[in-house]
Amino acid sequence: MKKFSRVFTVLVFLFLYIPMIVLAVASFNTGTDMAAFKGFTLSRYAELFRDRSLLALLGNSVIISILASLIATVLGTMAAVGLHNARGRLKSAVMTLTNIPMTNPDIVTGVSLALLFAFTGSVLKIKSILGFWTLLIAHITFNLPYVILSVLPKLTQMDPDLEDAALDLGCTPSQAFFKVILHDIMPGVISGFMMAFTMSLDDFVISYFVTGSSFITLPVEIYNYTKKPIHPKIYALFTLMFLTILVLMVVMNLLQGKDAERKLRKRGVRA
Amino acid sequence: MAKELIRLTNLTMEFDGEKILDNINLYINDHEFLTLLGPSGCGKTTTLRIIGGFLTPTSGDVLFDGQRINAVPAYQRKINTVFQRYALFPHLDVYDNIAFGLRIAKLPELEIDQRVEDMLDIVSLRGFENRKVTQLSGGQQQRVAIARALVNRPKVLLLDEPLGALDLRLRKDMQNELKRIQQAMGITFIYVTHDQEEALSMSDTIVVMDKGQIQQIGRPEDIYNEPKNAFVADFIGESNILDGVMIEDYCVEFFGRKFQCVDKGFSPKEPVDVVIRPEDIDFVEADQGHLCGTVTSITFKGMQYDIIVDFKGFKWLIQTTDYQPVGKRVGIRLNPEDIHVMKKSAYSGLFGDYSSYSAEYDEIAEDTADEE
Repeated sequence: MKKFSRVFTVLVFLFLYIPMIVLAVASFNTGTDMAAFKGFTLSRYAELFRDRSLLALLGNSVIISILASLIATVLGTMAAVGLHNARGRLKSAVMTLTNIPMTNPDIVTGVSLALLFAFTGSVLKIKSILGFWTLLIAHITFNLPYVILSVLPKLTQMDPDLEDAALDLGCTPSQAFFKVILHDIMPGVISGFMMAFTMSLDDFVISYFVTGSSFITLPVEIYNYTKKPIHPKIYALFTLMFLTILVLMVVMNLLQGKDAERKLRKRGVRA
Repeated sequence: MAKELIRLTNLTMEFDGEKILDNINLYINDHEFLTLLGPSGCGKTTTLRIIGGFLTPTSGDVLFDGQRINAVPAYQRKINTVFQRYALFPHLDVYDNIAFGLRIAKLPELEIDQRVEDMLDIVSLRGFENRKVTQLSGGQQQRVAIARALVNRPKVLLLDEPLGALDLRLRKDMQNELKRIQQAMGITFIYVTHDQEEALSMSDTIVVMDKGQIQQIGRPEDIYNEPKNAFVADFIGESNILDGVMIEDYCVEFFGRKFQCVDKGFSPKEPVDVVIRPEDIDFVEADQGHLCGTVTSITFKGMQYDIIVDFKGFKWLIQTTDYQPVGKRVGIRLNPEDIHVMKKSAYSGLFGDYSSYSAEYDEIAEDTADEE
């Protein structure tokens, strides 16, 4: 039984990661035929780094992701604190409303945001409103629930006396937040930020609807590539992106693990 | 001599229509060690949190040094708190935890250092400055919490069941320690506990609370010797509580017999509750006693035996060093000063019968289990 479950785990992992492995292998292949590995080369990567326009698009993606996730983290943390202090029915109602955008199909969110922007544009008499700002607003919108969902449990776990203790020792409510509460919920804030960042970085569906030709992100551009044969340098790019996200996720997990360990030790002292 | 520092007038607190505090009136003197004592849910912690500024009373006033402070937020009050679960800041070490309040007050670093060092001496934590608070034992965390509050030189220190999480031995040590610190620093302590022994041994004044009301205020000796009603008599120590009738001043009748007592000021023939402490009762030969009963159980408690004696169907607890075998007919004598007479109250008839003795002890065992 134990053996079976181990084999099964390996199979699941293979199933999950084989596509990525194929992609990574293809990015090092000298030949253009996927079926045969002719020889090892880094020239795809060299080509990639010479392609200014592609790198510029990657830059766009990174800028949008960082800005959107930073702003979403600040707003989401504020929202989580507000929700945490809210009572009973109001709290659960707002929580449900917050979660809907997350479960909502991306395409619905994308189209509805596009409609909203088009409407706003016609009211404000702006011809091509779709671009950097609409993209940023859209990304912040779909990032918010992830941040709230990762910060809120930290607030619930926090000893409620901590805030009182800070007030007791002379902190104003805002000092109490920055000097005490924020430290305690930091792991949640950071993992919320990272989750938002990765969601933003690879978002295609929503971005596709809310951006114009003035500001294009990498996933949107790559979608255009799929209509013709993909150049192998794209494989190199994807491999790099995959590795970046992998590193982020590992860091995030380590942070959470460390946090859990701290909690455990605290409990050990008390017992 | 003693100056009044805090006064609570007609304090009422309601949560969602439920009365937590019902018309609390209380004054607290400077340098006093005052304990709010009562079972869980009696409103003692709520009272403390109102004084600390964490809750606003539904009605009534909180006066500090003669000034009304209802609307003064916690961070502007000259009051500090030791929280039940300490609420130390986990991201700071021992030194920074203690220095926290002084840094908020923007004192010069030199003075902060001096005061933190002094405080470390007072709570015997020298050498622990750079320890993480999560690495300390319960007793050490407790002392950091006390130091963190006292270093701000508050006029009043509030303590919310601060010893609840410690084991018995450590608790005894910390009781002495707290009393010593209070006397050395000359600060008013307002202490919340449900442990009557703790309250009796530490306090200058005890306030016994139940169901959001103050049942009795007094010195520990008065509370123990002259309980005001059946609740106080039962909650503080062990008590046999009997129905009686006050015949006249200094004479009370119960079990169909008149006894001389030291109480007066009741109306003639007034029904009363009579309290007899288990340790005040002396055994005599069956034929020489005021009352005669049968021993139904005996338990060795170390310092004394707990003996249950059946008097005409009403079971008494008697604590004595004399062994009495089960089934023996015994007599008891009661001296006038052993008999305490109380007015009838809402609590009459609820406490003081040891018919379900073993069950009662199970309850106590449960209570102790809850604390841990």
